[in-house]
Amino acid sequence: MRQVFKLLRFVRPYWEKSALSLILLVIVVALDLAIPRLVQRVIDQGIFAGDSSVVIHTFLWMLGISALDTLFAIGNNNFSVQVGEGVARDLREALFVKIQSLSFGNLDRLQTGQLMVRLSSDSGVVQRLFQISLRIGTRAPLLMIGSLLLMFRTAPHLALTMLPLLLFTAAVIAVFSVKMGPLFLNMQQKLDRLNTVLQENIAGVRVVKAFVRADFEAERFEAANEDFTERNIRVMQFMSVMGPLLTLALNIGIVVVVWAGGRQAIQTGGLSTGQIVAFVNYLQTTIVPLMNLVNLANIWAAAIASAERVNEVLEAEPEVQDAPDAITLPETLQPHITFEKVGFHYNGSTEEAVLRDVTLTAAPGQMVAILGATGAGKSTLVNLLPRFYDVSEGRILLNGVDIRQIRQDSLLAHIAIVPQESVLFSGTVRDNIRYGRPDASDEEVIAAAKAAQAHEFILRLPNGYDTHIEERGVNLSGGQRQRIAIARALLMQPSILILDDSTSSVDVETEANIQAALEAWRKGRTCFVVAQRISTVLKADKIAVIDKGRIVAEGTHRQLLQSSPIYQEIYASQLGNGVEGPP
Amino acid sequence: MTVQAPPPMNAAEIRARMMRGGPGQPGKIEKARNPRRALARLARYLHPYRFPLLVVLGFILASTALGLAGPYLMGQAIDRFIAARRLDGLGTFALWMLIVFVAANLCDLASGWMMARLSQKALQGVRRDLFEHLQTLPMKFFDSHTAGELMSRLTNDIDAINQAVSQNVVSLVASLLSMAGILIAMALMNLWLTLAALAVVPLMLWFAGFVARYTRKGFRELQKRLGELNSVMEESISGQRVVKAFRRSDAALTAFRKSNQEVYRAAVYANSYALLLMPLTNQLGNLFVIAIAGLGGWLALKGLVTVGTIAAFISYGRSFVGPLRQLSNIYNAIQAALAGAERVFDILDTPSEVDEAEASAAPGPVAGHVRFEAVNFAYVEGTPVIKNMTLEARPGETVALVGPTGAGKTTLVNLLMRFYEPQSGCIRLDGVDVRDIPKADLRRRLGIVLQETFLFSASVMDNIRYGRPEASDEEVIAAAQLAEADHFIRQLPQGYQTLLSERAANLSQGQRQLLAIARAVLANPSILILDEATSSVDTRTEARIQQALLRLRKGRTSFVIAHRLSTIRDADKVVVIRNGEIVEQGTYRQLLERRGFFYHLYMSQFKGEAI
Repeated sequence: MRQVFKLLRFVRPYWEKSALSLILLVIVVALDLAIPRLVQRVIDQGIFAGDSSVVIHTFLWMLGISALDTLFAIGNNNFSVQVGEGVARDLREALFVKIQSLSFGNLDRLQTGQLMVRLSSDSGVVQRLFQISLRIGTRAPLLMIGSLLLMFRTAPHLALTMLPLLLFTAAVIAVFSVKMGPLFLNMQQKLDRLNTVLQENIAGVRVVKAFVRADFEAERFEAANEDFTERNIRVMQFMSVMGPLLTLALNIGIVVVVWAGGRQAIQTGGLSTGQIVAFVNYLQTTIVPLMNLVNLANIWAAAIASAERVNEVLEAEPEVQDAPDAITLPETLQPHITFEKVGFHYNGSTEEAVLRDVTLTAAPGQMVAILGATGAGKSTLVNLLPRFYDVSEGRILLNGVDIRQIRQDSLLAHIAIVPQESVLFSGTVRDNIRYGRPDASDEEVIAAAKAAQAHEFILRLPNGYDTHIEERGVNLSGGQRQRIAIARALLMQPSILILDDSTSSVDVETEANIQAALEAWRKGRTCFVVAQRISTVLKADKIAVIDKGRIVAEGTHRQLLQSSPIYQEIYASQLGNGVEGPP
Repeated sequence: MTVQAPPPMNAAEIRARMMRGGPGQPGKIEKARNPRRALARLARYLHPYRFPLLVVLGFILASTALGLAGPYLMGQAIDRFIAARRLDGLGTFALWMLIVFVAANLCDLASGWMMARLSQKALQGVRRDLFEHLQTLPMKFFDSHTAGELMSRLTNDIDAINQAVSQNVVSLVASLLSMAGILIAMALMNLWLTLAALAVVPLMLWFAGFVARYTRKGFRELQKRLGELNSVMEESISGQRVVKAFRRSDAALTAFRKSNQEVYRAAVYANSYALLLMPLTNQLGNLFVIAIAGLGGWLALKGLVTVGTIAAFISYGRSFVGPLRQLSNIYNAIQAALAGAERVFDILDTPSEVDEAEASAAPGPVAGHVRFEAVNFAYVEGTPVIKNMTLEARPGETVALVGPTGAGKTTLVNLLMRFYEPQSGCIRLDGVDVRDIPKADLRRRLGIVLQETFLFSASVMDNIRYGRPEASDEEVIAAAQLAEADHFIRQLPQGYQTLLSERAANLSQGQRQLLAIARAVLANPSILILDEATSSVDTRTEARIQQALLRLRKGRTSFVIAHRLSTIRDADKVVVIRNGEIVEQGTYRQLLERRGFFYHLYMSQFKGEAI
């Protein structure tokens, strides 16, 4: 509940429209309630009194009211739609802006898929709550209160006899509202299970076929299917009771009105026929909207859950933030980089540190390679440089300045990174290469593509540089995506280039060509290369071998080959005892 | 005054609304190509339940008839007792009314209760058939449909059918029945009043049609805009790291804002029209009452109708509007369900994998002599991937397949596994054409570690055991040790019992590869296929796995696809493939000495470096 109220601030810009919408709603309800009252007038003062002018007048009145009612109701709807959709739009934007501002540490915890859910469906659920609250959500209680009042005004004694029935109805609704949430949740879990089996069998179809486990999977699916079906039946049967129960209450009410009201009318004459007809009409107007309340309870339950997820994102604090006195780097840079006793562990993680006591320097024009096993901490090390994460201990200096004292934006302007997983965007190949520098000329794009050994295959694509890349680049091979990602980074002309295992899917020949092209390109720039293949690091000015978060050896290929047992081991595993190298 | 309140939303509908979430509610309205056929096939799933269905129909009929009696009885009570000021008999009459009402409600309850089970059981059957058929489909089918597309078909389409079958069909029958009944009852009571009341209907229908046209247009537009917004969001969020690294947050925000605003505009437009229908149908109810009160009052003054008739008419009028209001929704829901059903049946109609071989009684071990004979294959007609390839692996040999990306190495494996069928030529295992071996038997003998390692959301233990469910815990652990996976598995929170989350996001790619190797090892196949099995494992771990696999490969025919030199060195035969053709083959040493394509491919990495 509190979670939803926190989001009320998104309604504030629309308070005039909301208020207007509510006022219109009150009028609509009042007009709706006037109709039965006027019908009563037709019967009592028209028909029974034999006065035709009353019948005609009231008829015209009713027509007028109906027309007005329609207009106001349309007004109420339109305002509520504008408020609801406006809130949804603002909420989506707030979430989007927030997500953009989050750092990698935050993103690790909030997964991408989840963020998408929060952006699209959660904001929709919250939107619906606000919109419905301005319409039927408020209309139902208003109608109820209004007709109850009128019932008491028409016939207080008769109205009193209705109270137990109303209490019964309220109880039924309360029970259903409370029970339905958990029931649905449970059903949803069964459905998720069913979908997981399904999803796995689609995504893992090769494995299922290769290991000949179709029968086993069919059994697994049928078990989940049966489970879900039985649960679903129970929920639906539970639900199927509610409608008849509520209608029964209404029907008993009608019988009571006819019987008790009729007796009163006949015996004392204190009640007119028109009043009895009107009374039944009111009764109906009280109970039918109540049924809508059950739905409202559901919408609330869903909205509370959604609001919680939305708030979690909105309230997240970016882990990496600019210091108040952060400096801006100059346009050009001769980057000297020093890692000083750097330690790192993921925020909130109790596990052992990912990096420990790492000290490493890189001078302009140098290529520093970082070699090590999976999980040794190589990627983490290079992710610290653009401040994707901040160091936990020690510091990183760029030309003598602690990078935490530099505005991240300014720092990023000097760094280009080719991430391990090459993410491409939908758009043309050209747009993707130009991503970091949208103003680059076609010649520059081609030059970068040539250096990344991407030019040739791009020309072979159906439309060359104008070939459209599908979502996430699914129409390209892994190696092709990597080469486009490299071209994208090269085009930035950064002072610092980070290649994070970014040639792993490229065959060795192409990799060698990329390296040759980089040779000329990297003069005056500092280059970090993360790799597993020795071939990738042969030409580095310095190779740092990382093992379990520590630098265990440092030097050139030749030096390490002589001095470092670990390096020798890696080398041997890749080249075969060194004896079979080319002559 | 009515006996029939509008039915509260059914479970499926509420769930759909809760889950759907997005701003658009009615969504796009689709139609089946051949609704009648889809309906007929869907009906087949209900066939086993035809007798209970008849009972349900009986309950619906009874509940409708009893429901119609309600307002009539009320009118009678007013005329015969209240307006006539006669007290005796009122109590008995009221009791009769009560009995009629209760009976109507009970029938209503019974039909809903029974229908819940019938419909869900029928749907369970649809899901089962669909899943079982899906498993028999050839790989080609999975290539041409994305997982998301299939998932949506299997969940949303079935959900649409669910809603239609479980609620809408019943509503449709009940609505039509009660509308017909009401018309007859009204006409019997007073023809003129009936006509007056009905005069409102065409006006309303015309208006509703008018509104619906704009609504549909609005929602089609909204759907399109939402799709655009979703892909903008999807991209910026999944690529957020790159967006940030390249400082493109502002550009991303601008694109998002533009798209977001478009969605807002489309949503306001669509919903404004959609919501018009609500006040309009509400007013239809009011107009009914007004028309009846006006004309009825005038007629009553002339003594042509009684007050009771007016009261009953008002009540009937309201009951008439309810179903009328629902009809268009029901119609759309049923259309959507039929369209969904048709798509489901499309899958069911997709031919299964061909497997013409007779299952052999007892598949014994094979020697492992594999021969590709003049094999030609293309995924897409006209672009051959494997060209006239002849290749042999003798029992116990390790054959390394090397070549640039896209040369056709993985395709060869796919053909051997019979994920695809060659266009011409044949593949023989121990001299038998693989097409004459049942697929299950063939695949059971081939242990494969795929490039993309797929793990299931089950425990580590069960994942390794996947290929041989009867393996003991000790065997699983032995296989894990062999694959160098034991060490990291023991470090997981619950060791071998650790549950892997969906797609094993909590393991690194390298660790997943190790598990996949252990899985293949445990299956104890006659032929081992390693497709880039260790590409994400660091070289030192790989070296240890190689040692282990060397032992494992002894006596087994093995195919190894790799970029890495170390993986290839120990092979008995290296086959170099380029553009779907074998360009060189021989031992590693022979190929080096030949100084051909292989030499260039693999030595280029050490260019200029004297080692």
